[in-house]
Amino acid sequence: MRIALFITCFNDALFPATGKATVTLLERLGCEVRFDPGQTCCGQMHWNTGYHREAAALAARFGEVFAGADAVVTPSASCAAMVRAAYPKLGVEPPEVYELTEFLVDVLDVADVGAYFPHRVTYHPTCHSMRTLGLAGRPERLLRAVRGLELVPLPAAEECCGFGGTFAIKNSDTSVAMVADKIRHVRETAADVLCAVDNSCLAHIGGAISRLRAGVRVLHLAEILAAT
Amino acid sequence: MTAAREEILARVRAALAGAPEPPEVPRDYAVRLGGPEFESRADVVALFTERVADYRASVRHVAADELGTAVAAALWGREAKRIVVPSDLPYGWLAELDGVQALADSSALDPPVLADLDGVVTGCAVAIAQTGTVVLDGGRAQGRRLLSLVPDYHLCVVHVDQIVGTVPEAIDRLDPYRPLTWISGPSATSDIELSRVEGVHGPRTLEVLVVED
Amino acid sequence: MTPSVAGPSGRPPKFSEAARTALADTQLRRNLAAATHTIRERRAAVVDEVADWEDLRDAGAAVKDRALLRLDSALEELERSVVEAGGTVHWARDAAEANAIVTSLVRATGETEVVKVKSMATQEIGLNEALAAAGITAYETDLAELIVQLGDDWPSHILVPAIHRNRAEILALFQRAMPGVPPDLTDDPAELAAAARAYLRERFLTAKVSISGANFAIAETGTLVVLESEGNGRMCLTLPDTLISVVGIEKVLPAWRDLEVMLQLLPRSSTGERMNPYTSTWTGVTPGDGPQDFHLVLLDNGRTGALADEVGRAALRCIRCSACLNVCPVYERTGGHAYGSVYPGPIGAILTPQLRGVQSALDASLPYASTLCGACADVCPVRIDIPEILVHLRGKVVESRRHRPVPTPEMLMMRSIAWTMGDRGRYESALAQTVRWGRLLSRGGRIRRLPGLLAKWTDARDLPMPPRQSFRAWWRRR
Repeated sequence: MRIALFITCFNDALFPATGKATVTLLERLGCEVRFDPGQTCCGQMHWNTGYHREAAALAARFGEVFAGADAVVTPSASCAAMVRAAYPKLGVEPPEVYELTEFLVDVLDVADVGAYFPHRVTYHPTCHSMRTLGLAGRPERLLRAVRGLELVPLPAAEECCGFGGTFAIKNSDTSVAMVADKIRHVRETAADVLCAVDNSCLAHIGGAISRLRAGVRVLHLAEILAAT
Repeated sequence: MTAAREEILARVRAALAGAPEPPEVPRDYAVRLGGPEFESRADVVALFTERVADYRASVRHVAADELGTAVAAALWGREAKRIVVPSDLPYGWLAELDGVQALADSSALDPPVLADLDGVVTGCAVAIAQTGTVVLDGGRAQGRRLLSLVPDYHLCVVHVDQIVGTVPEAIDRLDPYRPLTWISGPSATSDIELSRVEGVHGPRTLEVLVVED
Repeated sequence: MTPSVAGPSGRPPKFSEAARTALADTQLRRNLAAATHTIRERRAAVVDEVADWEDLRDAGAAVKDRALLRLDSALEELERSVVEAGGTVHWARDAAEANAIVTSLVRATGETEVVKVKSMATQEIGLNEALAAAGITAYETDLAELIVQLGDDWPSHILVPAIHRNRAEILALFQRAMPGVPPDLTDDPAELAAAARAYLRERFLTAKVSISGANFAIAETGTLVVLESEGNGRMCLTLPDTLISVVGIEKVLPAWRDLEVMLQLLPRSSTGERMNPYTSTWTGVTPGDGPQDFHLVLLDNGRTGALADEVGRAALRCIRCSACLNVCPVYERTGGHAYGSVYPGPIGAILTPQLRGVQSALDASLPYASTLCGACADVCPVRIDIPEILVHLRGKVVESRRHRPVPTPEMLMMRSIAWTMGDRGRYESALAQTVRWGRLLSRGGRIRRLPGLLAKWTDARDLPMPPRQSFRAWWRRR
């Protein structure tokens, strides 16, 4: 199965390991992965912050880059949500974009991806993945099939971590108050790893954990699924 | 007055220029209590009793020929001496009243006088099982609105055939041109640290008598 | 009207500044967390009971849209119905006009005291202050509004406006400002409520004029509807001779039958009850029962502006249940005062800027007082897509500032980033710079301090050091 990888600008610069893991995983499952270096940014930040003119230009460009692509797969739920939900409002016909777990479960029809990750892990369902994409239990299904992994439920999981894109800067105090509670809930699980399908939220939660020396590792789901 | 009216209406029309057509209202919601649990009238009545009791209003079932006794017993239980009743309250409801003076409502009974009385007895227009609500509409045996408001104790008589299952059934039966009071339990507030306190204004005690024929 | 707390420039502070103050108020934080979590659970429990909840939401949204999308004929029909039933209808374009109308109506009765049922519309227009300036005292009769009034304060929640006060503070307020308070009054909520009852009862029994709002106004029949818990509404709506109701034009429902939907949606969404203790409905005047003089004041005050916005007009569906406040993670921590408006929380963030415009720093900040998490849209009984409207209003804020002679630092940064992202070469060059500078700024594998606008991130969080090889650099070499 041929896949066009949409890495996202965020992952390209700050979390290339997630991209590598995504490629490793998809190839292990028998897919042919292509990466078009013409891709830059889907425009989510500009759209959400109110710079709609700029977002429209970036969306149009994205549409051109991925025009006629095979299945587009991304390890970023919020970017997948942007393309799916907002592009029609920007007058851009969205290419068929799958968030990674959607692709694994719905298209490849797998739950066990052959991963081994012997750690105690808790999962935070990010807001866009939960409410816009409706990922439901897909990530958890994949995690439960990972050998050696002990999955513990996160209390108050559905509560927002406080990232909210530029909210983390423009309303930093409130953002931090929210992540304080998210970290508290994470620590209640005694997990050594917190995972999610969005590195943007993980950067915020992980960044606060790091500053607080709270002793929990954050990792994108793709990196767990790629581990053997 | 008219300049403001014309301007507001003009603003509304301008605002709606090019707006879509108003939608039809999809009415797929339940209008009746559904499911096998509510097949019989007795089930509906039982639900009403349960839901009223949930509000910490006392509710008792009596046969029609026991009503007079039940009303009297309730008032004696309150040590009520003087009560007010709507002027068209059926005499039979008060037939057993001994030692309790029942004043028929009149315009002479102004709020301060009513505030001094020990309670009020009324009927109702309709009662709703799903929400444990009684609705008064100022019709038969109910009187004007402040009768069931000012005294501290309200005894409400509900006949089983006045009980409907749902809010839509009640809306269908009620006359919007009459002043309506929907009562679901005694008055309450949760304004102080969210801890619920019963009985602010309005009768602090509500008792319901369900009369079976 | 905005609270009296002024920002550094003397004007009401924008949300992020007000939030900072509120976040540090530990009592407020605790009260709000307890209140919102409790109501959330209650709401969830009673909604779970209702198998057709989603059908009710669909109907609720359609009922409101049906009224809003033909609002001119609905208002005309409402006026006819009310007049036919013996009431008088007045129209007010803005707050000043509404206040003038109400003041002259009260003056015409010769009374200098009125009792009020809680009404957000009257708070919005600053009615109490306008009446006071005309020598008329307005007594709030809702316990929470009474607490707010005695404390010369501002409501912080739509449904429980005094949630920012604890019982000890309320006791102190009563002792200081409520005449006739028993000297041995304690801070037990039941005793405090009883003290308020005694104090207000006097007012009710002698009041000749009352002022209310309304939850709904039914065009077909001219019926007004007020939902409440305490009974003060019933007192104000039935005891006085004259009743004046100030109602926003968006409160119209088309038909009597539509009430069957709203009376199921509102109590379960707001207080988490199957039905609130008291709902009163009245149509015009009923001889021998209640006020014989009824006045309906229809209020625009910016609502037609919202109505004109194709995306934003859905905010006018709001039935003021406050379900969105109770699930909002931002509101839960900052409380209502930070929104600087009578309407706080998620609905406030989309309604206030539409009613007031986005010129002021405060109003322009409101659409950004959200992470767009979407919890509010999940619970809105009339399906207002609040996140969609927030993003739409953010667009309005940015466009209103786009042609300033001196662009904001944020505008410059966002345009620069967009320009960079518009071309592969520029993007890859910026990527290389980001990796290089990110690594230079790092200590021990982390970036602990970023410059300029981004400093707000590193004030409280680290960032991981960018790896030497970006993803595309790795891909190229594989």
